[in-house]
Amino acid sequence: MAEKLKMAFLLAGGCAGCEMALVDLSDALVDALEHIEVVFWAPTVADVKYKDLEAMPDGSIDLGLIDGMIRNSEHVHMVKVMRAKCKTLVAFGACATLGGIAAMGDMHTHKELFDQAYLKTFSTDNPDGVMPTPEYLLDGKYDLTIPSFTDRVMLIDELVDVDYYVGGCPPHHDFVGKLIAAILSGNLPPKGSWLTGGHAVCDVCKRNPAITGQERMFIGEVKRMVDGKPDPDKCLLQQGYICFGPLTQGDCGASCLNVNIPCRGCGGPIPGVKDFGARCVSAIASSLKDIETTEQLMEKFPNLAKFVYRYSYTSGTLNKKL
Amino acid sequence: MEFSPNIVGFACQWCTYAGADLAGNLRCKYPPTIKLIKVPCSGTVEPEFVLEALARGADGVLIGGCHIGDCHYKEGNHKTERRMLLLSKLIEDAGFDSRRFRLEWISGAEGKKFAEVVTEFTEQIKELGPNPIKAKGGE
Repeated sequence: MAEKLKMAFLLAGGCAGCEMALVDLSDALVDALEHIEVVFWAPTVADVKYKDLEAMPDGSIDLGLIDGMIRNSEHVHMVKVMRAKCKTLVAFGACATLGGIAAMGDMHTHKELFDQAYLKTFSTDNPDGVMPTPEYLLDGKYDLTIPSFTDRVMLIDELVDVDYYVGGCPPHHDFVGKLIAAILSGNLPPKGSWLTGGHAVCDVCKRNPAITGQERMFIGEVKRMVDGKPDPDKCLLQQGYICFGPLTQGDCGASCLNVNIPCRGCGGPIPGVKDFGARCVSAIASSLKDIETTEQLMEKFPNLAKFVYRYSYTSGTLNKKL
Repeated sequence: MEFSPNIVGFACQWCTYAGADLAGNLRCKYPPTIKLIKVPCSGTVEPEFVLEALARGADGVLIGGCHIGDCHYKEGNHKTERRMLLLSKLIEDAGFDSRRFRLEWISGAEGKKFAEVVTEFTEQIKELGPNPIKAKGGE
């Protein structure tokens, strides 16, 4: 048998949901283990330490996957180590490629974030107001450190070269299965590409009015999910529920739409879109009937930036510089 | 030296661009702060273009289109109006001053209005000062 493909997984500033998506492969993952050897999967699945990865020779790992964004100094260090050790590096999931949910924190100051996390939240019990201190001298002799917060959320490709991008929050496990098969067969696009089926969510959505030959109508009234229960067969946009399906990669098979939930763009932008939020504005505004409907939308979604940049704030045009 | 703003203008070829031509023919005076880009219709101006201009350090962005009802393509400027209304809110929500961004309807017969809009917009940007992105090492 040919030598096994060596793989490494690193969870940076994510929630481990992408790890779950890999574990959800279940049988397919077990079968794939005939062809792959997992040499590093931390800090979640395998019992290997950061120092074990650091000790491996450079370029000794065939394929590395990083999920999660870069949010603290530990991520900065480990992402660089991963790049040195892996021949091919994949930014895996919405956080690693676009910034993810936590990137919306960049619309607030660090003080607001820390106050919310350690002082203000209803469930927080912190009477002494203890805050994270990156360096601390305990009892005058023990030098204790924790990773320090970076200025803002960073994408993996801002720090190191990334060979491939995979969207999704998390990437759908069926799609992950196909990916691993493609990687094993070596059937890959040029470096720097998104690994995707290349279809928008609408292309794979069974509600698409084009399937039944219906004309697309303008949206006369904007609704939020709390305003009622959408018709499970009709296009959500046509019903007034704002959906980002038209410009999101549909590798998920329109999973959210299948359960009556509008798309929020975790799959990443379809090719040609540079700024997801701006293109959302463009696509939605041209589907709205008139200026009154547009005003209604702005009223119903008081923070538009957090709405359209739900998963992609860090990859947006303005964010990196403000 | 006094701050002279750098304004990027997107002008519809059917109206605002012709209006700018007329402003020249009429010898209207306006500050040399605007760099006009001719576009087929204000509806072709993607919000991404506006963000790109601001991210690259433009102090202001002006979009000029035909008056509502006059669009050469019937409804192009209706889309512009809706898009740019949302975009200015997006810019504001993301922490940028949306007064750096302006949408105006200027027809081919309104050379004088073109000159007035550019003068007024330049004054406004002068008050706001340079694009804060430039101070942070933007291009």
